[in-house]
Amino acid sequence: MQANLKIQRYDPEVGEEPRYDSHQLDLPEYATVLDALLQIRDDVDGSLAMRASCRSAICGSCSMRINGEARLACKTLIANIVQVEGAEVTIEPMGNMPVVKDLVVDMSMFWDKVQKIQPGLLPKTPEPEREFIVSNDSMLDLATALNCIMCGACVSDCTVLEVDKEFIGPAALAKAYRFSNDPRDNATDLRLDLYSQENYIWSCTRCFQCVQVCPKDVAPMEKIMSLRKQTIEAGHTNNPGTRHTQAFADSIRKTGRLDEIRLTVKAFGITNITAMIQLIPIGWRAFRHKKMPHLLPKSISSIKNVRRIMDKLGNE
Amino acid sequence: MATIQHDVIIIGGGLAGMRAAHEALTQGGDVAMISKIYPTRSHSAAAQGGMQAALTEEDSWESHAYDTVKGSDYLGDQDAIEILCREGVDDIIAMERMGVIFNRDESGKIDARAFGGTSAKRTCFVADQTGQALLHVMWEQLLRLGLKTYDEWFVTDLLVENNRCVGSVAMQISTGQLHLVRAKATVLCTGGAGHIYAPSTNGLAVTADGLGMAYRAGASLMDMEGVQHHPTTLKSNGVLITEGARGEGAYLLNSKGERFMENYAPNMLELASRDVVSRAETTEILEGRGVDGTVFIDLRHLGRELITTKLAQIYELARDYANCNVIEEPLPIQPGYHYLMGGIKTDVDGRTWDVSGNNKWKGVEALFAAGETANVSVHGGNRLGGNSLLDTVVFGRRTGAGAVEYAKSVDYGEISEASVKDTEARIKSLFDRPDGVRSATLRREMGAAMNDGIAVFRNEESMNIALQKVRALKEKLPEVSLHNSGRIFNTDLLAYFELENMMDVAEAIALSALSRKESRGAHARTDFPDRDDENWLKHTLATKGNSGPEISYLPVTITKWEPTVRSY
Ligand SMILES: Cc1cc2nc3c(=O)[nH]c(=O)nc-3n(C[C@H](O)[C@H](O)[C@H](O)COP(=O)(O)OP(=O)(O)OC[C@H]3O[C@@H](n4cnc5c(N)ncnc54)[C@H](O)[C@@H]3O)c2cc1C
Ligand code: SF4
Ligand code: SF4
Ligand code: FES
Repeated sequence: MQANLKIQRYDPEVGEEPRYDSHQLDLPEYATVLDALLQIRDDVDGSLAMRASCRSAICGSCSMRINGEARLACKTLIANIVQVEGAEVTIEPMGNMPVVKDLVVDMSMFWDKVQKIQPGLLPKTPEPEREFIVSNDSMLDLATALNCIMCGACVSDCTVLEVDKEFIGPAALAKAYRFSNDPRDNATDLRLDLYSQENYIWSCTRCFQCVQVCPKDVAPMEKIMSLRKQTIEAGHTNNPGTRHTQAFADSIRKTGRLDEIRLTVKAFGITNITAMIQLIPIGWRAFRHKKMPHLLPKSISSIKNVRRIMDKLGNE
Repeated sequence: MATIQHDVIIIGGGLAGMRAAHEALTQGGDVAMISKIYPTRSHSAAAQGGMQAALTEEDSWESHAYDTVKGSDYLGDQDAIEILCREGVDDIIAMERMGVIFNRDESGKIDARAFGGTSAKRTCFVADQTGQALLHVMWEQLLRLGLKTYDEWFVTDLLVENNRCVGSVAMQISTGQLHLVRAKATVLCTGGAGHIYAPSTNGLAVTADGLGMAYRAGASLMDMEGVQHHPTTLKSNGVLITEGARGEGAYLLNSKGERFMENYAPNMLELASRDVVSRAETTEILEGRGVDGTVFIDLRHLGRELITTKLAQIYELARDYANCNVIEEPLPIQPGYHYLMGGIKTDVDGRTWDVSGNNKWKGVEALFAAGETANVSVHGGNRLGGNSLLDTVVFGRRTGAGAVEYAKSVDYGEISEASVKDTEARIKSLFDRPDGVRSATLRREMGAAMNDGIAVFRNEESMNIALQKVRALKEKLPEVSLHNSGRIFNTDLLAYFELENMMDVAEAIALSALSRKESRGAHARTDFPDRDDENWLKHTLATKGNSGPEISYLPVTITKWEPTVRSY
């Protein structure tokens, strides 16, 4: 199979602006983007910097932007992309984090944010003699959040983080959910108080982008919405966070940046009426400023599903 | 010269390293952890199937220990195995309290699934991503406790003065800067040797660094012929299909659709020990009952519900890397390199040196090891699935405690800055080399040579060929040139260091394997097909001599279980 990889390169030691290198490759049928990059790094250009280890979508090392969207290189089959998106595959580092070199970004902001949500279960007292007795369902509920492999894809493509670096962000909040919903944890109330402060759960605009890009189906936005419900039910309503429900709109007003909306609409699809309605005020303001992006993006519903359907058709 | 200093330095942020750090920290030690990849990226995250311990009342740690001894083909040290199985029960409970979600049974207790070579269902699991679940929870706890970590730092060398490890040299990958790392106790938790073989189930970062460094520093590598091939790996890229799949009831089929394990292990069938199943598959393939070098794992009868909940990752891996829907069709698989039973010889507290003072084996004072890189000898000739994660937490904990205690009793050793300058000079000379071969080329050739010569079956001739090839490749190391002489995130340079480590270790594997003239566990020789307890109930030790590894032997510790015939 033939593919053309266009890779963004940047070396701070050389100090030049980022450039794109093109590589025409002949690849095996099941080659992933990672396989292609490894082939380049091994044999063609050993100066290409990237992270990778497990090759099986579990270590979270290899997130990067592939054709504009954050994905795991090891989980993205070249054949699938080429079929759906064309023979040229553009590879860039993740967004919202500074680039160290080539495809490697500085994730310290990512890890700092995880630290901020106060990770670490604080077991209820008195501790049982053996394991905590809890239902399998309650554990399975946490599993959806614990599936997170800390790859950073959601943070890379989060539309709020693009304008507001203070936002704790989707991955850290998915982890927050994991603690505040753990029946064995002793600090639920303190946690909910923290999570409803400014820059936590109320800063999300429900743009859906994190749900769209997450390679492990963590659905961070849904976790954030559950946390909102949980904090309100627990009575944590009068704090700066809750009063900032419109954070994204505010940020936009503050910075005047609007391109993010395109991603938003793309992610929702046209059937998600409720979500679209929530977006109207922003879109309308944008329209007045003649900055309205194309309303019908290239792919309408979840790209993943489209791809799956195409796969099936292709095989039959 | 930039220097960092901690009483206890743990090199490696996988499950063993994290558990050691956790224990050292809770005991009040001044401890830090160095890892070449961010700790949650460690290969422990890839462990799928689960972790063994006898938690139920019907089960007993003795039964677990017996299964482990038998699985090891009597090469495991029984004192260490007793500790593993006895203390492991509390270690699993402790991990649960730290936050691991473990699948539950109907009564809300930790559930367990069947695994190969075990007489009871005792493999605790979190769906089919147990390693990730354990590793992330351990990491959350370390964040809470505020462990000092040096993430994405690559340790290049251990520093030894008068046979005592006084520290190491490490490079901060993001800047390329070298640091002198001073420690009273240095703990290696650097994982296995995955990429000595190709294909391999292991992650790209599993490159035998700790093994290579310890070997060069003067420690003993024990039972290095113990290389485990897992029965179910994908042909396309070597990725693992967990034993949990067979634990949940999957069949193995040959090209005729027969459950061939009936002919090899009539009682345990698909759940015989890994060495047994891998040999059976290889025999089927060699005798013409495979398809393109594979046999099949069949999950169809397990049903969609079970597959998409308890084996969800497997479902995805098969779909993504083999274009196979396991709900509807059997998946082609083959045995592939998976695990190193061998490792740095330690005692049950992780010490690499013989504290009895009798010098029964060569080691390095103040150097500790735990996890896959170590060999406290609980796996012997063949590891049972689910026992490695347990090994990392039980002996990670004991080693963390051992290191803190040791560090209290000594002062920092003298260290000369010359050692860092040596590394600096080596790097510079690498940058200055003229165009030559790529390290990746040598790595691939080594992988193929090892896989051809020292895999599921082996003999004098095949192993000799592998050894000669590895030695020839090693001689080519000075011809390797780099594409990159920058300082920032220079993975080309790191790949070279990794290759050096792997080549030393590959040579040790080949020589240890050649020396053991019998078949035991995963070491299955066609020229010596039987186990020979009279002559070979002993460990092989490989230590660095003037012209490569030298082999010596150490008795096996037997407490309760005398060797008998092993059948499944
Ligand atoms: C695909 C797969 C599935 C498995 N499934 C199971 C299972 O179900 N049950 C089971 O019991 N076992 C399983 N195993 C085995 C088990 O996962 C491993 O043996 C175990 O996790 C090893 O842990 P570790 O902490 O020793 O090493 P690792 O987790 O590999 O960690 C090694 C650490 O050392 C660091 N490091 C290495 N070199 C350097 C250096 N030069 N400088 C600095 N840092 C360095 C790395 O960054 C990393 O943090 C599986 C293994 C594989 C490959
Ligand atoms: S839904 Fe919220 S958290 Fe997710 S990407 Fe959008 S703004 Fe960010
Ligand atoms: S939530 Fe998903 S996208 Fe975000 S870091 Fe976790 S796994 Fe990656
Ligand atoms: S290499 Fe581990 S997630 Fe891609």
